[in-house]
Formats: sequence, structure tokens, C-alpha cells
Amino acid sequence: MTLLTTVFAAVICTVIWYRGAPESEMKVGVLCWMYWGASLMWLVDAIFEYAELNAEYFTPAPTDMLNDFYLGLSVVALGLVIWLVILLVKDPKGVVKAALFRKKN
Amino acid sequence: MACFLVPAAEAVVTTIAAKAMKSKEAAPETVKVQFDGTHLIEAEKIPFSRKLGWLNKLLWGGSALLAFEHVWHGEVVPWFPFLTAASNPADAAEMLQEMSTVGVTMAALVTAVWAGMLAVSSAIEKRAQKELPAES
Repeated sequence: MTLLTTVFAAVICTVIWYRGAPESEMKVGVLCWMYWGASLMWLVDAIFEYAELNAEYFTPAPTDMLNDFYLGLSVVALGLVIWLVILLVKDPKGVVKAALFRKKN
Repeated sequence: MACFLVPAAEAVVTTIAAKAMKSKEAAPETVKVQFDGTHLIEAEKIPFSRKLGWLNKLLWGGSALLAFEHVWHGEVVPWFPFLTAASNPADAAEMLQEMSTVGVTMAALVTAVWAGMLAVSSAIEKRAQKELPAES
């Protein structure tokens, strides 16, 4: 479920990035790299788990599924927070700078 | 247990390599490309250090989110030795076993996907050059 949540986040971010490209004012690419990197790593985790559990892997207990989904949403939220910090620090639109400095007439 | 440490270690190496490469790289190659299918526009080919940056971002991003998952499961703690499995030899052995199997496979898969991206981007670059109208 964590893998599935992250893959959906990665796909959505990639579509948003493609629609806005080649300009990257909102730095959505950061989210794409992060979610795809995590998705690939969790895919490996899932393959090893499948090798251990076989078909049982696809029939998780509802509580496990809910916990994994909760974890997946938390991971997506953490990714968004990291992206927001990078966006505000890099400030490609100069919004933070404009808030800190007032133009003199 | 600590599988994310393997891709994180690779990320450290590739980040240093990308920085070193960037400082030594020559000026990017300039080529003419048709972006809209009609007008020829001068463009710069992106250097290899930037493509290596793609791998860095995949590895750092993935490792960061996986590290969070390990904190969630109580496998990483904010006090020494930071990894709960490192506190006794039996768990430590299991952790090293997991790092050498799952962790190495994670790093290898991310690197393989990046290599695939390099191959596809190279093919797209070559195709863009072929699509140019013959100079008279």
C-alpha cells in the first residue's frame, strides 16, 4: 500500500511537471525524483517480501493495509514538506525576496 | 532494518563525483534543434554531470523517504547507536544481511533505471539531430 501510494504520487507529480515544462518555476521536478526514487526502492522491498510470502503478499490483513496506507500518506506529506522548503529557499519566482525587501520609489 | 543506507552511501559517492565532474567539464556542446517542428533554434546539450544529478536526486529522495519509513517502524532512533538492530550482535548480523541483499538491489535497480534514462535521452538527442533539414 505504501508502494502504491508513492507510485500514484510520482505519476501525478510527473504529469504536473510535464504540463509545466520546460519552465520549472514551481520545482515540481524535485517531487518527481523523490517519489520515483522511493517507489523504486519500495518495489525492491515488495519483490523480496513477495519472494518470502508468495500469494499471501496480495492478501494483507485490513489493519496492515490501513497502517501501510497511513504510512504512504505520511511519506507523501513529508515529500511535500521537503519540496516546499526547497521551493521557499531557492525562491525561483522571487516571492520570498519580494516579501523581505520593499522597493524604494 | 537499514537497507536505505546502501543507496544513501551511493548517493554520497555520486554527489561527490558530479561536483568533481562539473568543475572539470568543458563548455557544453551547441547544436541546432527544431523544438516546434519548423524553426531551428540553437541549444546546448546538457552535460553528463547534470545527468548524474538525476541519479543523485533519485537516490537522495528515495533514501530520505525510506529513512522516514524506518523511523516509523522504530528501526531508526534519535539516540546512539541510531539503528535498533545494532544494539545486539544477532540483530546486527540480520541487518547486515538485509543491507547486502535488499539494500544492494535497491541501489542497483535505481542505477539501472538511471542507465535506461541515459539510453533513452541519448536516443532522443540523436533523433533530434536526424530530424534536421539538410543544409543547402
